[in-house]
Amino acid sequence: MHYPESSFEDRMSTVDFRVGERAHIEVDSDICRSCTTKACVTACPANLFVPTGDGGILFNYEQCFECGTCYLLCDKEGAITWTYPDGGDGVAFRKG
Amino acid sequence: MASPMSAPIRVSHGERGAAGFDVVVVGAGPAGSAAALELARAGHHVALIERGAFPGAKNVYGGVVYGRILDELIPEWWEQAPVQRWVTRRQTMMMTPTQSMTVDFRTDAWREPPYNGATAHRAQFDAWLAGKAEEAGAELITSTVVTALRVDERGHTVGVRTDRADGDLDARVVIACDGVNSFLAKQAGLYPEGQLEHTTLGVKETLSLPRETINERFGVRGTDGVDIEMLGCTGAIPGGGFLYTNLDSVSVGVVLDLTALGKAKKRPEEIVADLKRHPSIAPLVRGGELVEYAAHLIPEGGYQTMPKLAGDGILVTGDAAAMCLAAGIWLEGVNFAIGSGMYAGRAAAHALSTNDTSARGLSEYRKLLRNSFVLADHRKLAGAPKLLMSERMQQRYPGMVCDMVENLFQVTNPTPKPGIGRLLRRSAKAHGVRLRELARDAVSGFRSYG
Repeated sequence: MHYPESSFEDRMSTVDFRVGERAHIEVDSDICRSCTTKACVTACPANLFVPTGDGGILFNYEQCFECGTCYLLCDKEGAITWTYPDGGDGVAFRKG
Repeated sequence: MASPMSAPIRVSHGERGAAGFDVVVVGAGPAGSAAALELARAGHHVALIERGAFPGAKNVYGGVVYGRILDELIPEWWEQAPVQRWVTRRQTMMMTPTQSMTVDFRTDAWREPPYNGATAHRAQFDAWLAGKAEEAGAELITSTVVTALRVDERGHTVGVRTDRADGDLDARVVIACDGVNSFLAKQAGLYPEGQLEHTTLGVKETLSLPRETINERFGVRGTDGVDIEMLGCTGAIPGGGFLYTNLDSVSVGVVLDLTALGKAKKRPEEIVADLKRHPSIAPLVRGGELVEYAAHLIPEGGYQTMPKLAGDGILVTGDAAAMCLAAGIWLEGVNFAIGSGMYAGRAAAHALSTNDTSARGLSEYRKLLRNSFVLADHRKLAGAPKLLMSERMQQRYPGMVCDMVENLFQVTNPTPKPGIGRLLRRSAKAHGVRLRELARDAVSGFRSYG
């Protein structure tokens, strides 16, 4: 096991976000409970999907790259409701 | 997945939006700006809609803009484009955790106009190109999400709905330049099933380093730059790596097969961390301070996975049309976006002039693409993405090549040199490669690339 050189929080603090009031992605944790793979947890590059003790998923939309990884990988119908943030909100890459 | 963006809005006859345009271009990335620029110059009333606060805000890439397609749009673009460095040194590296074998090429020819490749920050480059479209008369509308296509009773696209209050827009043609997730191409029914299978996730770190340090480490001067593409650095997940120089930073990252990443118990940033620890990469990135972490999906499937490029009242371009070229020794995308956008603009102008914006009236688009590098390169290299992501190319050949070269340069006195044929057979066997398979891959590779 290698430990990361810096915390994930530090990593995400290098990215600019204009956090909107509307959660542009919603996760239905009840549906996630029946999911055995939970591919979103390791694949999301922003690490936004956190498994909970009861087998569900805790999700926070605020530091989302809007990449689409989660909805493409998710095979549980209705678990992820995915939209873009409202105009001007969300990630704003300075370098890209 | 459920999405409110999944169905087009049905518009009844005579129903008008809040504003009307000849063409609405959705997405102010390189494809959209090229399309809008071409149309505005032809005298058309064009809206260029961008969901980010500025063009480029949502965009990420893996290293090099090949700018020659800009010659047609902006003569001597190199005098004004916001370029970081001009790539004069290009490397392809095959690696295992402890070895690497690099093809390293440099030339003075690429440090002078018209250049070959440039590194750039997309936030700057995309904003610059969108500015060109604006100067030509296109109406750039930022901070606005297109949430749906508007279609008439025949299914012909007649405009878009935006997330602005009273935000329905009419258009005789909509050009979807809305990127890899293209909800518009999907809504229009143009996008094929199976997107997951040919999509990769790119993750990237931009690390600041003093300019002189970069020049010393990479063996370049002035604004000369380096682009390194890597194979064999993503462990069990099919993919590849990249490292390129900006002016005062370097960008390093990996591209990962999405399906395999979903199954792996390893997170993307850990794979970047492994790459940064590789003995051939560590000395190049050491001490670099993270200035931005980024991620984006990449449509890597190429020709065989492209959507239908035209429907009634709609054209699809760039990443939305899966036009990234992921062919190993060639990794390109921005140029394909600019090219397809420019030809889409030209085809839309042609359709407007003949007053036929049906799929048939817009069919000029495909002709223009086929007669240019955009579809010619993709058709020629249609087999390359699959070959590149194959198990042999990913898991066996890098180790086989590295071992063979190691043994080639290993002096084994007093044992005599083994000879190259024997080394090849020995390395192939050690990595479970049958010479027949190797020959077959060589032939199919030559068919694609030759």
